[in-house]
Amino acid sequence: MEMVIFFLFAALAVGSALVVVLHRNPVYSTLSLVLTLISLAVLFVLLGAPFIAALQVLIYTGAIVVLFLFVVMLLNIGREEASGERGLLQKVAAGVGALALLAFVALAYWGAYGTREVGPLTEDFVSLEVLATQLFSDYLLAFELVGLLLLVAVIAATVLAARLGNTPGGGESDPALPEAGEEGI
Amino acid sequence: MVPVSWYLLLAALLFAIGTAGALTRRNGITIFLSIELMLNSVNLTLVAYSRLLDDHTGQLVVFFVLAVAAAEAAVGLALFIALYRHRRTIDLNRINLMRW
Repeated sequence: MEMVIFFLFAALAVGSALVVVLHRNPVYSTLSLVLTLISLAVLFVLLGAPFIAALQVLIYTGAIVVLFLFVVMLLNIGREEASGERGLLQKVAAGVGALALLAFVALAYWGAYGTREVGPLTEDFVSLEVLATQLFSDYLLAFELVGLLLLVAVIAATVLAARLGNTPGGGESDPALPEAGEEGI
Repeated sequence: MVPVSWYLLLAALLFAIGTAGALTRRNGITIFLSIELMLNSVNLTLVAYSRLLDDHTGQLVVFFVLAVAAAEAAVGLALFIALYRHRRTIDLNRINLMRW
């Protein structure tokens, strides 16, 4: 049963990851990423991390990917046009590089662990209480710093995305980019 | 039971897909999505190791990775909005002002 669920969601994750990378339309890519993330959340549950799975669904798919989708639709990004011969060369090189990376890492994993199985899940491992105790004792400083980081990120995002009154292209009328004519910068 | 190395292999495969995407796409948002994919494959690796070693630390690191990814997405997308406002494109081949 676990095997069936693993293969189902692993195949779903890989398939939707390929769609993320290959689809020309960014809206489909973003929505496909949602599918990948939810499949991974199921795998997290199989690995005995239900809290991480819940965070994955709530934060990643609920907040981050929706933010992506919002920006994609706000900027009205069209389909990427086909690239020339140089683009093809780049694609082949990237594909070969990624395959080499995969082979290298896979061989290392296989050599180290093979088909070694782990014992059944224990109550202690799945328990949120144990996780939270560790988070709020050993990792308390990191936890506080992450809170600070999120605050800084919110301020930075607001400053970056805000329209500043005296910058070119800003202001109320929003003219179609005065310095766009500067060719060959 | 599913062997843990299968999860690790799946994570490596997703990472390779994300790498290829980040290297070949020219649309800034899609490259960003590929990077999110790579981050998530690393999360899967961390959770798998957490299971293998019977230790919660991996899951806690995933927690922090999630928070940092949220911050990264907020700032990165704001950068793309600012970039689009100035250049009317987020095709990274055309954003070459600082390219040597």
